Amino acid sequence: MTDRAKLLEARGVRKSYRSGGGRLDVLRGVDFSLEPGGFVSVIGQSGSGKSTLLHLMGLLDAPDAGEVWLGGERIDDLPAARRDRLRNTAIGMVFQAYHLLPELDALENVLAPLYVRYSLAAWLREGPAARARARGLLERFGLGERLHHKPRQLSGGEMQRVAIARALVAEPRVLLADEPTGNLDEESGAGILDTLSELNRRDGLSIVLVTHDQVIARRADRIVRLAAGRVETV
Amino acid sequence: MYKLLLCWRYLRTRWIALASVISVTLGVATMIVVNAVMAGFSHEMQTRIHGILSDIVFESHSLSGFQDPKWHMEEIRRAAGDSIAGMTPTVAVPAMLSFQVRGQWVTRQVMFIGIDESSHAAASDFSRYLQHPENRRQLSFELRAGGYDTVDSQAETPGPTRPALEGAGWPHRRMRVERERLWRERQEAQERAAGGPARPVDQQVDAVLAATAPADIRPPAGETPAAETDADAPAADAARKDPFKTVRPDEGRTMDPAKEQFTGIVPGIGLASFRDSTGVDRFLVLPGDDVKITFPTAGTPPKAVSDTFTIVDFYESKMSEYDSNFVFVPIAALQRMRGMIDPQTGIPSINSIQVKLKDGADLDLVRDQLRKAFPAELYAISTWRDKQGPLLSAVDMEMAVLNILLFMIIAVAGFGILAIFFMIVVEKTRDIGILKSLGASSTGVAGIFLGYGLFLGAVGAGAGLALGLAITWNINRIRAAVEWFTGERVFDPSIYYFFKIPTIVHPATVLWIIAGAVAIAVAASVLPALRAARLHPVEALRHD
Repeated sequence: MTDRAKLLEARGVRKSYRSGGGRLDVLRGVDFSLEPGGFVSVIGQSGSGKSTLLHLMGLLDAPDAGEVWLGGERIDDLPAARRDRLRNTAIGMVFQAYHLLPELDALENVLAPLYVRYSLAAWLREGPAARARARGLLERFGLGERLHHKPRQLSGGEMQRVAIARALVAEPRVLLADEPTGNLDEESGAGILDTLSELNRRDGLSIVLVTHDQVIARRADRIVRLAAGRVETV
Repeated sequence: MYKLLLCWRYLRTRWIALASVISVTLGVATMIVVNAVMAGFSHEMQTRIHGILSDIVFESHSLSGFQDPKWHMEEIRRAAGDSIAGMTPTVAVPAMLSFQVRGQWVTRQVMFIGIDESSHAAASDFSRYLQHPENRRQLSFELRAGGYDTVDSQAETPGPTRPALEGAGWPHRRMRVERERLWRERQEAQERAAGGPARPVDQQVDAVLAATAPADIRPPAGETPAAETDADAPAADAARKDPFKTVRPDEGRTMDPAKEQFTGIVPGIGLASFRDSTGVDRFLVLPGDDVKITFPTAGTPPKAVSDTFTIVDFYESKMSEYDSNFVFVPIAALQRMRGMIDPQTGIPSINSIQVKLKDGADLDLVRDQLRKAFPAELYAISTWRDKQGPLLSAVDMEMAVLNILLFMIIAVAGFGILAIFFMIVVEKTRDIGILKSLGASSTGVAGIFLGYGLFLGAVGAGAGLALGLAITWNINRIRAAVEWFTGERVFDPSIYYFFKIPTIVHPATVLWIIAGAVAIAVAASVLPALRAARLHPVEALRHD
């Protein structure tokens, strides 16, 4: 079943939540795939299950049925430790609400995945190189002056750029972005999208972008539309 | 790595959590202080008890005792010779002590103990507690010419002075005799005055009384101390040759009380004095005064006999139980007076042997060896700990109860930490979700909060340690400040016989307290940490 042409794949994934007395079927058998270096938008109304699909592919949640594959390996049924490791090394995630750690400054937030990865001893060895890389990423995103600002001292666009830098610092194989411009004004949002496009084009980064906005979705190479828990072909 | 960093950041940004460990700090500090003071008291008490009782006490059940101490001591040495450092025979009988204070007879119930001057010091700390420096070096039952301590020789910081002891000894005795003589002469003069005028004698008495009374303790004018010593020399020499052959009124010839003494005794200081509310010792009798003691003879049935004795020193162990109960006398004199010497063989009886062991000898082991060697029907063999068992175990019990109570305080602090940690986990729910999305494992997230608990526990216990030691080391200064501030005596030396609060800090105890406090802080963070670990990342991320 391995298909080298597919980097990230969801095969017939189903997910339902218990809500109140009833059962809410969010995903009813979704197939999705992303080719290496691809840029795919997932579009759909609120509640169509697009964020859930992203969480499943990002290993933040497990599907009730179906499989998730990454680089020719099934990943959704791995033991917890392996899945933690994959989240840390292979998958970068960007969220609508930025989700930066308020106690850490911009540079430390970017370094957070590496903090998680390395033990104290390993950090003493790897730290300087990691710091240089994080600094480089922030400078590239125009945040060279704001390395030691706390998230609350940054604007929305800046916070999201820090979040993207954090997602990239571990050099993941795929970037999963969940409504990255949802909380931003048009101008900042456009900046973020430009950044993503540039990462895709110049660095060959594979990106899945979840959005409800047609215009934003068109920045991608391909659009997948979700409605009522199923894929609608466009 | 992130665990340490986040612990540190949370510690720096959440001072409220530090507030939750203040109770840990206070609990630890209190425990350290209480344990130090209790250990100090207990140690002080034990040394005092041990100072009186030698390591092992070998007693007969009967008051008339057993014959032939020499044979018994040889047997003891044979049974446990390797660990024995010294032995001394004693005779102890209940007795009644009476003396006259301003014309009134004061009577006290005492334990009358005959001790061997030469060997007693080797078996117990007895001589350390005497008031004359020479007696502390080598005990003698002869009255000294003077030089009794006017300050407490055992107090590390000078306590109240005892000016009354300045003239104690021969000067006091001579002066008392002189005053009694003058008093008698005055009485006789008054009787004679019934027949005719006797002014000259009366005036003379008044003059001497006026000269001596205010300077209570000084020898009468004209009599220099040097002359006095010379005058004493023959009498003192005679007494030194045989201290027990002191002149006795019942021997038919009159003695001169100004030059001679009765058999010397050393009563506990509590029998002869009391401490007033300002901490000053007031003496009813002094070395040089004569007292009467009534005690039972060794015969069957025992008869009560009385005799007169001269106080030659005071004994102050600072254990009021002993200081107001014991009267020490030369063992040979007591044996003779009680009829404990076999008239045919001349072999004396005693009723106990005090055994001192070498350093490091096992007390209980030697006791058991001796118990095996002697029939239990005739002899009671016990260690000093056995003898004071109830008292010592009461102190241990108090300490245990206090420790449990104080540890409860720290446990209560633990619940405070638990509550605050739960709040922090709720507040940090989103951060936990973020960390999980970055690949942090559940155990890693739990580790953050456990580490946080450990940090807080260590900080709280560390602060408690510093506070506790600071209080312990300055407790007497603090006591003084509290007394000055409230105007009340917090620590009354007339009750405790110490001038300062004794403290001992046992490092092992402190270590246990710290370990316990840190363990409680960590234990209190287990539940919040588990909750944090179990958070579902998606739900955690949605949390606002």
